[in-house]
Amino acid sequence: MYVIKTEGLVKQYKTLTAVDKLDLEIRQGELFSLLGVNGAGKTTTIKMLTGLVKPTCGDATVGGCSVITQPEKVKRLIGVSPQETAVAPKLSVKENLELICGIHGFSKEKTRAKIGELSEKFSLGTVLSEKAGKLSGGWQRRVSIAMALISEPEILFLDEPTLGLDVIARHELWDIIRSLKGKATVVLTTHYMEEAEALSDRIGIMKNGRLCAVGTAQELKKKAGTDDFESAFVAIVREGEI
Amino acid sequence: MRMLTFAKRNAKELLRDPLNILFGLGFPLVLLLLFSVLQSNIPVAVFEIDTLTPGMSVFGLSFMSLFSATLISKDRESAFLQRLYTTPLTGIDFIFGYMLPLIPMALMQTVICYLFAIPLGLTLSVNIIYAVIGIIPMAVFNISLGLLCGSIFGVKQVGGICGALLTNLSAWLSGVWFDLSLAGGIFEKIASFLPFFHAAQAEKALFSGNAEDAVSHLIPVFGYSIFITAAAVICFLKRGKDFK
Repeated sequence: MYVIKTEGLVKQYKTLTAVDKLDLEIRQGELFSLLGVNGAGKTTTIKMLTGLVKPTCGDATVGGCSVITQPEKVKRLIGVSPQETAVAPKLSVKENLELICGIHGFSKEKTRAKIGELSEKFSLGTVLSEKAGKLSGGWQRRVSIAMALISEPEILFLDEPTLGLDVIARHELWDIIRSLKGKATVVLTTHYMEEAEALSDRIGIMKNGRLCAVGTAQELKKKAGTDDFESAFVAIVREGEI
Repeated sequence: MRMLTFAKRNAKELLRDPLNILFGLGFPLVLLLLFSVLQSNIPVAVFEIDTLTPGMSVFGLSFMSLFSATLISKDRESAFLQRLYTTPLTGIDFIFGYMLPLIPMALMQTVICYLFAIPLGLTLSVNIIYAVIGIIPMAVFNISLGLLCGSIFGVKQVGGICGALLTNLSAWLSGVWFDLSLAGGIFEKIASFLPFFHAAQAEKALFSGNAEDAVSHLIPVFGYSIFITAAAVICFLKRGKDFK
């Protein structure tokens, strides 16, 4: 069953076509990565799927709801961790989590329980009372993903979640993302090959707003006739389509 | 409820910034003190505390534009607003969530301004209460102007536009420092066309108990407030529909 489906999705900015007739299908419960070089259209695709940007033409359904005609219903199904850390800098970590709980209309008891649960899952106990803006990039990403999970979304969008993180912070975040598998459908954008290969059930490679190839890391390597994923990615992007 | 949760967050962000407190509160008070000292050393009545304080409380409001514009543009640039746009918050929640915390802050700023002026020789009267309430339309104008600028410009631009340009416009065109009729000509015409002068005059009239004068000056301030608020709401909601 496909939880996300796009049909001829296009986003045009004046003369630039950011996303060009995108047909994409993402299965329920899978961790799907959108991979591509800068400007490939990954973030614009995520923005259209989350209702932040209106498609120029085409449509997409998220959890069976159209992003064009039912954006409010889509909002109830999704959690988003944007490319930037997107935390309230002068609020403590706890206050950031409480803010999102409040926005989703949680009771005090549910808020307390949810913060406890997420603190444990993301090991936030030691930083709960610290100002979010003072935390390192790695910790801010953790908080950002925790905030995205508060509403218990069916579909979680992670836009370049490990961008700019050091190798340890990146691996710690990978463990967290892996732990989400099976609990929600996760759509992740990245331009790190090893990240896509290590985490994803399936990978879609984008170039110039188009989807060049889709498959598991193994399938993509086989298609490209290479042994390592990076070479496969380069071959696919250079040839445009395999 | 959602809107109040968001408003509470905005209040915390604003109040936890020491620069906001320093400029929003400290700057008008320092000016009030300086002009009072200056007045005590000159033989003619130029900066009398009873006319200076109402004007200074109007000038202080220009910092509300800076605060709201900076908060919104920071939220836009840090993608915090993007995150919130994927939650059940509605356009109305956003608008009021940004505006509501600033209105009590503006009122508090005005109250402190008047309280500070009492030991400097301000005439104590019940009219202070009317003057504090009468600041609300201009406060709404300034907050909405900040919302408008924050929806259009980035953090650095907002610093220039609201921080430098608007505070100067408010200072020079409100007639706080000097009688605008002394400048006369086009300067006076421009000043009387904009809300800063009318807000300062309305505040002075309210403080001196001249209700008729206050109403005649409050009408254009109301008009500007409604116009700018409508423009800010339209612009903010339009920007929210398409996050490039």
